[in-house]
Amino acid sequence: MSVIVLAEHSQGTFKKKTFESVQYAADIAKAMGTTATAVALGTIADSELQLLGAYGATKVLHVADAKLDTLNARAYAKALATAAEKEGAKVIIALHDVTGKAVAPRLSARLKAGMVAGAVSLPDLGKGFAIKKAVFSGKAFAFVNITSDVKVVTLMPNTFPVKQGEGSTTIEQLSVTFEDKDFGVTVKEVSKVTGAVPLSEAELVVSGGRGMKGPENWGPLEDLAGSLGAALACSRPVADAHWRPHHEHVGQTGGTIRPNLYIAVGISGAIQHLAGVNASKTIVVINKDPEAPFFKAADYGVIGDAAEILPKLTEAVKKFKAAHN
Amino acid sequence: MKILVCIAQVPDTTTKIAFGDNNTTFNTAGVTFIINPYDEWYALVRALELKESGVATAVNLVTVGKADAEPVIRKALAIGGDEAVRIDTDSNDPYVVAAQIAEYAKSEGYDLVLCGKESIDYNNGSVGAILAEMLDMNYIGFASSLNIEGGIATVKREIEGGEETDACALPLVVSCQKGMAEARIPNMRGIMAARTKPLKVVAGADIKPLSEIVSYEMPPAKTGVKMISADNMDELVNLLHSDAKVI
Ligand SMILES: Cc1cc2nc3c(=O)[nH]c(=O)nc-3n(C[C@H](O)[C@H](O)[C@H](O)COP(=O)(O)OP(=O)(O)OC[C@H]3O[C@@H](n4cnc5c(N)ncnc54)[C@H](O)[C@@H]3O)c2cc1C
Repeated sequence: MSVIVLAEHSQGTFKKKTFESVQYAADIAKAMGTTATAVALGTIADSELQLLGAYGATKVLHVADAKLDTLNARAYAKALATAAEKEGAKVIIALHDVTGKAVAPRLSARLKAGMVAGAVSLPDLGKGFAIKKAVFSGKAFAFVNITSDVKVVTLMPNTFPVKQGEGSTTIEQLSVTFEDKDFGVTVKEVSKVTGAVPLSEAELVVSGGRGMKGPENWGPLEDLAGSLGAALACSRPVADAHWRPHHEHVGQTGGTIRPNLYIAVGISGAIQHLAGVNASKTIVVINKDPEAPFFKAADYGVIGDAAEILPKLTEAVKKFKAAHN
Repeated sequence: MKILVCIAQVPDTTTKIAFGDNNTTFNTAGVTFIINPYDEWYALVRALELKESGVATAVNLVTVGKADAEPVIRKALAIGGDEAVRIDTDSNDPYVVAAQIAEYAKSEGYDLVLCGKESIDYNNGSVGAILAEMLDMNYIGFASSLNIEGGIATVKREIEGGEETDACALPLVVSCQKGMAEARIPNMRGIMAARTKPLKVVAGADIKPLSEIVSYEMPPAKTGVKMISADNMDELVNLLHSDAKVI
């Protein structure tokens, strides 16, 4: 009856968001009076799998087929369905990221399981299985109750603080019978932005808008990001004008992010921009126009010229870091 | 090669969201509806490009919605597409929406099904992948480019911190996002032509939802912005550390 969680890894290494999803599954399991079983797919060392015990997985089912090293939603869904069947699982958890979003809905269709995509709360078991999620691009929340017997939930990363515990886990191999068609998608090429923190995972983000005036002015913004260890983002017109690469574009039609800190520089705060960033825990707005709508959505505001403020802020961050290290 | 494009009707991006009946229903009074931007700008336009370049022979549109969804599907037809089907039912359970489309599409022999990466109302991003399972097709999500040659699709998709190029034989479901195509504005000829394009209405199948929205809530209002003098960046940094606890 355990709760199953897909323990996503990137080339054999777990990231914080995976620990968060395992902890989330363990919390649900506890509330339901059962245990959490993590499912790991592809090549990954036992020593790494062992780490999941500290986040509440009492068992890990490992499908060690190297064909699972790249994402094939069909194969992943089949592996999870096999694990769920073996464990008699009624609840299956994945992350609301590119992998989870490809696999979880497929699994939900396979198991005729209702699904909540992008959960930001634990299920309210007193009301059935009601979970909170953002709707209307962050303008509101909905409580969605899953009414089917089996339930699939994708957890929005960076929702809960992750706490490492003491627990240990047992690892079992799971064999899944695949067919050729389960591996219909083959990877031809992978290009990663090297060095930088991927935006979707960044806890701190520094973002520039049209108020930066041109791509040649991004240096001070990069310096600030560098001093903080933050990722860079931008508004849509900035990406459209090719001042910055498209993957940095956030908002309704770009990426949706929820970092701990979002610093918006020279961005007016249009509703479509806010849709991608308003779940950030703390928002700082730097804008020369005191009437800029973004100030209404901000926690801290600074009025002034970006070119003057950015070097001062970077200096202050460096001073702070020096004093706190 | 036949392409099916899934079109959703969503509230305009600038809509002020409000709820009624004790926060249990979305208040549609005064709301302008548009084609879901990802469906319109990326999925539909890429499908049209594939037809224009001779790769696809037909581009059909499908929407799940009541009669009030017709203006939106007509607008989609004005941008392009040969014909449209409206499945005359409504649901905010992605399983039901996908099952309705699958029910219609399963006997139509589509080689490629395109949808947007998510609809901007319920932000589930689930319909494409569910549909792929129901139609027994492969699925690639978050695609920013799609080309087809000799029955093989080459798709660029977003991955953590970068991009991946995948290859997959048709049939295939792809969810589309930025990069896929440039948005098109319907012209007069398109608008005129759309009036006479076939828009078939079919009854929805009897499919039980697996989830229901029980209530809505607005996010807590920001307590107000704290303004900091441009000459005092040390104060800002200290507040981010001791008050906000984010650095
Ligand atoms: C359907 C739809 C979808 C959209 N999706 C997105 C989306 O995903 N993401 C997105 O960002 N936008 C999106 N937009 C566009 C959005 O409506 C705004 O046009 C856009 O966000 C504005 O970008 P901006 O704030 O960089 O530029 P502007 O609105 O031009 O604002 C520039 C700001 O910089 C300030 N400024 C100028 N000079 C300085 C200076 N020297 N120092 C400090 N501040 C300065 C100005 O006061 C102003 O507030 C969408 C629009 C539509 C219709």
